[in-house]
Amino acid sequence: MKQKNSLEDFRHRLSRYGDGVHDRWLKTPGWQRWIVYALLIVGALLLPSESIGSFMSPYTDWASILFFPIGTYVVLAIGLNVVVGQAGLLDLGFVAFYAVGGYAMALIGTRLGWNFWLILLVGIGLCALSGITLGAPTLRLRGDYLAIVTLGFGEIIRITARNTDSIGGPNGIRAIPHPPSFPDVELFGIKIFKYGVLDPRPYYYLLVALAVIVIILVKRWEKSRVGRAWAAIREDEDAAEVMGVPTFRFKMLAFAIGASIGGAMGVLWAAKAISINPNDFQFLLSATILAAVVMGGAGNLPGVILGAFVVAWLPERFRGLQDYRMLIFGAVLVALMIFRPEGLLPSRQRKAELQEGSGGMGALGAEVPGPESHGEEVASK
Amino acid sequence: MRPKTARLGGVLAAGVALTLGLAACGNGGSEDKPSGGDPSAAAPAGGTVKIGFMGDLTGPSAGIVIPPWNGANLVINEYNKTNPPVKIELVKYDSQGDASKAVALAQQAIKNDKIVGLIGPAFSGESAQVAPVLEEAEIPSITASATNTKLAENGWKFWHRLLPNDSVQGPGVADFIAGAAGAKNVFVIDDKSEYGKPLADAVRTQLGTKGVKLTNDSLDPSESDFSSVVNKVAAAKPDAVFFGGYYAAGGNLLKQLRDKGVKDAKFFSGDGSLDKGLIESAGKDNAEGALIGCPCYLATPDVTDAKVKGFAEAYKAAFNADPAIYAAEGYDAATVFTEAVKAGNTTTDKINEFLKTIDLAGVSKQVKFAENGEVEAKDIYIYQVKDGAITLLGKATEAKLG
Amino acid sequence: MLNDFVNQFWPATIDGLAFGSIYALIALGYTMVYGVLRLINFAHSEVFMIGTFGAMFVPFALGVSEPLTGLALVGVILLMIVAGTLASAGTAVALEQIAYRPLRKRGASRLAALISAIGASIFLQELFALLVIPNVFNRPEKGRIQMGLPRLMEKSELFSIFGHSVRVDQVLVIVAAVGMMIALDALVNRTKIGRGIRATAQNPEAAVLMGVDINKIVRMTFLIGGGMAGVAGALYLISYENTYYYIGFLFGIKAFTAAVLGGIGNLRGALVGGVALGLVENYGAIFAGSDWKHVISFSILVLVLMFRPTGILGESLQQARA
Repeated sequence: MKQKNSLEDFRHRLSRYGDGVHDRWLKTPGWQRWIVYALLIVGALLLPSESIGSFMSPYTDWASILFFPIGTYVVLAIGLNVVVGQAGLLDLGFVAFYAVGGYAMALIGTRLGWNFWLILLVGIGLCALSGITLGAPTLRLRGDYLAIVTLGFGEIIRITARNTDSIGGPNGIRAIPHPPSFPDVELFGIKIFKYGVLDPRPYYYLLVALAVIVIILVKRWEKSRVGRAWAAIREDEDAAEVMGVPTFRFKMLAFAIGASIGGAMGVLWAAKAISINPNDFQFLLSATILAAVVMGGAGNLPGVILGAFVVAWLPERFRGLQDYRMLIFGAVLVALMIFRPEGLLPSRQRKAELQEGSGGMGALGAEVPGPESHGEEVASK
Repeated sequence: MRPKTARLGGVLAAGVALTLGLAACGNGGSEDKPSGGDPSAAAPAGGTVKIGFMGDLTGPSAGIVIPPWNGANLVINEYNKTNPPVKIELVKYDSQGDASKAVALAQQAIKNDKIVGLIGPAFSGESAQVAPVLEEAEIPSITASATNTKLAENGWKFWHRLLPNDSVQGPGVADFIAGAAGAKNVFVIDDKSEYGKPLADAVRTQLGTKGVKLTNDSLDPSESDFSSVVNKVAAAKPDAVFFGGYYAAGGNLLKQLRDKGVKDAKFFSGDGSLDKGLIESAGKDNAEGALIGCPCYLATPDVTDAKVKGFAEAYKAAFNADPAIYAAEGYDAATVFTEAVKAGNTTTDKINEFLKTIDLAGVSKQVKFAENGEVEAKDIYIYQVKDGAITLLGKATEAKLG
Repeated sequence: MLNDFVNQFWPATIDGLAFGSIYALIALGYTMVYGVLRLINFAHSEVFMIGTFGAMFVPFALGVSEPLTGLALVGVILLMIVAGTLASAGTAVALEQIAYRPLRKRGASRLAALISAIGASIFLQELFALLVIPNVFNRPEKGRIQMGLPRLMEKSELFSIFGHSVRVDQVLVIVAAVGMMIALDALVNRTKIGRGIRATAQNPEAAVLMGVDINKIVRMTFLIGGGMAGVAGALYLISYENTYYYIGFLFGIKAFTAAVLGGIGNLRGALVGGVALGLVENYGAIFAGSDWKHVISFSILVLVLMFRPTGILGESLQQARA
């Protein structure tokens, strides 16, 4: 019991410290924030350096895993966060949109020979469309029904791709073209626009650019009327509807935006991968991205990014554990949820909800704020 | 209302803390790294070159990658024992059959480990992604098990394959089904995998040209109830069934077929089912008489060839198991690289040149590569389950059903 | 095409019923936990997987390798069902204690519980693939490969329908599943525990005020749901004679689909959903090919939910009079 108290104490001190940092950040003038943003982007661009690579990833090529899985997971998690973290819709089939994007790149690139940038636009459009197609019949369903339907949709996409011989069947598609290169541009000894097969770094820079654009857009949406509508839907859909929020339309919007982000990542990934096949789009990927979102702190962008990074990087870093790394990964997920159910970096709102006992997304059914659980929270405040 | 913007400070603090924490763990754990793949020894030491081995060594299909890995180890260990001027280190790259991981591992192998050759990747899917990377880095590779036909159609100069592809295996087996086995009504099933589907399709095409009545279906190997497929087979009343897929599903399918009363149809399959596991999961009685084609040469206990027998005995002594599928091919691939090094070739270009000229009597076959990297020997072997063991029936073109 | 359907109708029906019964038994676990906790117990698929291995342990430990007859057969089958049930129920209760209860106490969101469930699911799969199967079942390096059960029971024909034989193992599965359903129905509707479960599902606050021990009820829910999955695992193993560490995944998804199809939280809905799913899959495979099976079942799910948003029999443990 004593140990539990000190643990609780530590948690609260940590979260108070976090709040302190947050408050200071909110008071920071705009220009200082821009400096921090710029530094972060520079930091992201410098990441694939060999000097940290040997420590960050002793078993695999650091620049390669920065693109996949780390960067890819980060962008996918940002997309899923719009659906799960902001609009509060449980999507277990996010991988479907990633697959649609990947197949769009592979099919259009090999059959029609279009330029990568054009396909990126088309792919985003296609994914938004498929998000709406999936959403239209299903978004009227409530939470858990939506979960199984999205899960089913993810599987349908994968199985259909596998069973359709005209798009390669189980063999998938080979010889996917790369983005157009400018091999002459050289910066610090790196040909940053040479999209070949050997150097993953140009793709990584492209991914960083994509991530930055996505983050800016998502952040703007979050602060706008749309973001507030999503929050209202997440907290209490009926109340939102009564207050005049067109919930169905906003849920569709969240789905379409999430799908587009997943699709954009799919296009970019396929443009590097050379070949894709339906097995690249398993349910486990949906589950992993969802775990990243929740583990980082659903609804809070830095948290989600951190979550995706951790989920993608840890298994690569600890390849030395060989077989046991997935076992440990599973145990870590459970432990994290037990000790920090709100995620590593929750939004302050989420934390408040948790203390209230509602915890966002709706609490577990038979959770009665009994004397023991509630008392503890109050006493430790 | 101020937006709830990112608490970047928090992120940074957490990131730093996490990094430091992991740094501590990382350093603590680095002493007991698995043999091979040690990045700190990146620069090739004076008398050592590195050969990689890539494949699914711990994942779901490890059962067909561990035998060639063992086979390759046998060669390299033997070679190093002779205390040669240039030693070979065999570096393990466990891709778990995942193409994305395989690419990252290949980059690692090229940049940090500086391998001069690669055995693998084991499967076709990962080969399709890794081979272009190796091609650009000009590193020769020999795969001992990836049989997808399309791999050879990319104009790769550094890629080699030590066994005939699916377009050889499929028709070879199909000819046997329609010829020696005399089947007129065949039911072809595939497992919708990257391996099983093209193989079954090749069988279908060839059987089509023979005027055989064909019925088709597919199954999902992650399932365990194939009753819908089995009902179709029972309704079609074929005299032969061909299954393109791996042994776990194959054995299960065979058992369910026999249980459903499909007793007389001969059961055929390809190299993916050439494993004792087929007999194990089908049951000894059900598996009796099942026929399996393979482009590989399996050193079954009844072999007489002295070289093969020697290999089988050495393998058994080292790993306490009979050489299983692709063990001989893995052995031969490693032999090719050791021969190259023995002949004084220690750079990637020179080894690749050597591969173009090699003509060596291996355990599995005469090893000689064509211009496109395919091995020239095109023999398909037929194996039969007899008394609960896999026995060699002979080359597909010559074998007779007793 | 129609000809195929006519030819294969009866065998497809029998297989569909047998497989559907197994789906239904697993679906019960999802539905009960959902009814009480509003939680998708994702790790329930692993509870089923462990049930199959629990049942596998009996013939393995007894060293059975030849088909049995008479009393010995009945004894082994009963032992297998008991072992499967114990293994599964134990796992389910342990899961609740370790992975869910602390979250419940914290008032964590259902999303956190879902992630905890996914983590537990991965953990259990890997635990079996890496440690349990290689060591307990003495299969080193074969932890991820399907493990067969030696034949216990001759699969003889019991009777035939229009010339299509119905085997004894298929009848065993269907009869046992229906028996379990009836027993469970009685348990939930007639006993004190059942009343507690229904009360908690309806309104936990009120149930506490009425003196219901919520923690005990939740534990019982997991125990019963897990036990049902264990029976399903044993029956599955006896009839299909193989299992592996990942077997729960597809069964879990399908059983959850069945639960939603029938109306989640509704016990009879799980039965209806499971059997309906089993039949639809097998009929659909005749027309479209077996590789489209999953697509068919998910499409049916979407269609049903569009017209009956709470499933065939409607939601909730308490309203539909279970």
